[in-house]
Amino acid sequence: MSTDRHAGKPILLQGNAAVALGALDAGVQFFGGYPITPSTEIAEILSEELPKRGDKFIQMEDEIGSIASVLGASIAGLKAMTATSGPGFSLMQENIGFGMEAEIPCVIVDVQRGGPSTGLPTSPAQGDIMQARWGTHGDHPVIALYPDSILECYELTIRAFNLAEKYRTPVILLMDEVLAHMRESVVLPAKDKLKIIRRIKPNVPPEWYKHYKNNPKYISPVASFGEGYRFHITGLTHDESGFPTNRHDEAKDMMDRLLKKITDNLDDLIQIEPFYMEDAEIAIFAAGVVARSAKEAILQARKKGIKVGLIRPLTIWPFPDQDVEDMLESTKAVIIAEMNQGQLINEVKRVTKYGQHNRFYRIQKYNGLVITPEEILQKIAEVA
Amino acid sequence: MRNIPQKVIHQYLRHDKKFPHVWCAGCGNGIILGDLLRAIYNLGLEKDDIAMVSGIGCSSRMPVYVDFNTLHTTHGRAIAFATGIKMAKPELKVIVITGDGDATAIGGNHFIHAARRNIDLTIIVINNNIYGMTGGQCSPTTPIGKFATTAPYGSIEPNFDICELAKCAGASFVARSTAYHTTETRTIFEKALMKKGCSVVEVISQCPVSYGKMNNTSSPVKMLEMQRDGTLMREAYDKLPEDKRQGKIIRGILYDIEKPEFIDQYQALVDRVSKPIQVKESGKTSKPTSQECEV
Ligand SMILES: Cc1ncc(C[n+]2csc(CCOP(=O)(O)OP(=O)(O)O)c2C)c(N)n1
Repeated sequence: MSTDRHAGKPILLQGNAAVALGALDAGVQFFGGYPITPSTEIAEILSEELPKRGDKFIQMEDEIGSIASVLGASIAGLKAMTATSGPGFSLMQENIGFGMEAEIPCVIVDVQRGGPSTGLPTSPAQGDIMQARWGTHGDHPVIALYPDSILECYELTIRAFNLAEKYRTPVILLMDEVLAHMRESVVLPAKDKLKIIRRIKPNVPPEWYKHYKNNPKYISPVASFGEGYRFHITGLTHDESGFPTNRHDEAKDMMDRLLKKITDNLDDLIQIEPFYMEDAEIAIFAAGVVARSAKEAILQARKKGIKVGLIRPLTIWPFPDQDVEDMLESTKAVIIAEMNQGQLINEVKRVTKYGQHNRFYRIQKYNGLVITPEEILQKIAEVA
Repeated sequence: MRNIPQKVIHQYLRHDKKFPHVWCAGCGNGIILGDLLRAIYNLGLEKDDIAMVSGIGCSSRMPVYVDFNTLHTTHGRAIAFATGIKMAKPELKVIVITGDGDATAIGGNHFIHAARRNIDLTIIVINNNIYGMTGGQCSPTTPIGKFATTAPYGSIEPNFDICELAKCAGASFVARSTAYHTTETRTIFEKALMKKGCSVVEVISQCPVSYGKMNNTSSPVKMLEMQRDGTLMREAYDKLPEDKRQGKIIRGILYDIEKPEFIDQYQALVDRVSKPIQVKESGKTSKPTSQECEV
């Protein structure tokens, strides 16, 4: 695949290729991964493209090693990523937690497939939404993005890198198998129009530098190994300088910093697409490919005069609590459509204080097939 | 060889609030750290040019105490983190400190694959035959018949020979020493640090508290004497008749060969695929063939 392209002209692109292209345009410098369907094309494309640019690609011995190598590369200053699917994502969790604790920027793409276990390798599912949120041990906030089109696979990959660098944390890109493998005609933005963010570097002399120095934004500048700063990184609870601590006040400070750098910036982090929600009496809540089916169903229902709209989160974590709550204020019913046994419905219920005005309906499909527009339309008719 | 001043290691330690260290009295980790720092001093390496990476365990606490770029990772994963660091910054000397459990149980896969790639890391496996940090459970190197908190009737599993494992998997430098033989250990560290390729140094160490107390050897001095008496330099071992070799552990550099190293191979690949199209004298342009670029 060539990364040269003519902005403004439509090109036919596969979802996984769009992720690879997004990563390249975001300036990825390191990919460490292990093959797993349905994510393999991302690794395959990057194995071809990265060496051409003098950047690094390595196929590690397993997913645990993959994410470890990614964290190591990031610690040494590179923009780094990996891509996997459910079983590999599970294997990565301990080290994703390490990345959270040690505040190491990187991107993890999880192209979801049916589960549990080896499940349905080539079939779509949305069963990893809670794994993305709570997969690691301990508690900490998470940033996870969820595209619904090939263009968005590209755009959100760039955004994932930007957020990782800006907030100094691993960022997860959740995808559906259908998106990963389907092709769509897209018009990519001109490369020089892209906003690319890099982690902030320290400007103090090495003897003053503290790797986790607290500041009002909770995000401190990041020095890399080999730049003359000589700091310590650990997965243990640490103080501002990065050294392990057992002090309860320092432990709490660290945990608060991890939390607050996310919760203080929800406006910047949360993206949500309302579709025909202005006058909606019925709302559908759906992410990824299910949202595409929902859009089609909404267009058809509207023709019949049913006032129905869609709330689609592009940022799935942190959950768009406030937006969902606000949008559901004026609706009577909400249909939560998801390709699992019910992960999002509880989130929507949690955040709606207008729950009493809204009746809740669910479409839950976990047989390896996509929720179709007809199925959603049928539910809309039932509810209306 | 430089004459090493008495207190040379002090200049490498992080004095501010990192002490006292976590190691028990009589533990070998401090001795081995001293050997390593003396080797680093002797080679004249810059602190900034060293990255020290460890997993989880008593020995893996070593990076906290030294003034390099230091990284304390998850249990068993140090080598995989180190692989990312080395690829990102090949100019760094990347030293991995790992325990026998960390390296060969949970981290066994990364260990053999680093050796297979022959990536330029110096992997120091501190082998105390036991899981120290968790309080004395058996490890892949606990000898048959020896006791551990999870082998209360004596271990029935054969143990790994770490050096054989590293050699067979593809490491280009393999050596063994002990906490007792400090000068030898230091010299081996120097060679390992200067070796381009995957170097594995197993250092046999004593854990009087966890291993010793279960196996009637809770005296550190006695355990050090066992290292002295139970091991032999390779040259001496080779001269012994077969029947006298029983139970003796070989020390020294066991394997040292030249073979392609991973970072070099990767760079050669980059040079091959990223080379601009060359203009030949005849005026014809041609893409370089893979042969022209082989290094
Ligand atoms: C994933 C995981 N499993 C288990 C542990 C518990 N644990 C901590 S250290 C250790 C063993 C350490 O033994 P070894 O590597 O031989 O090092 P030593 O402490 O003897 O130096 C174990 C099992 C852990 N921290 N993480």
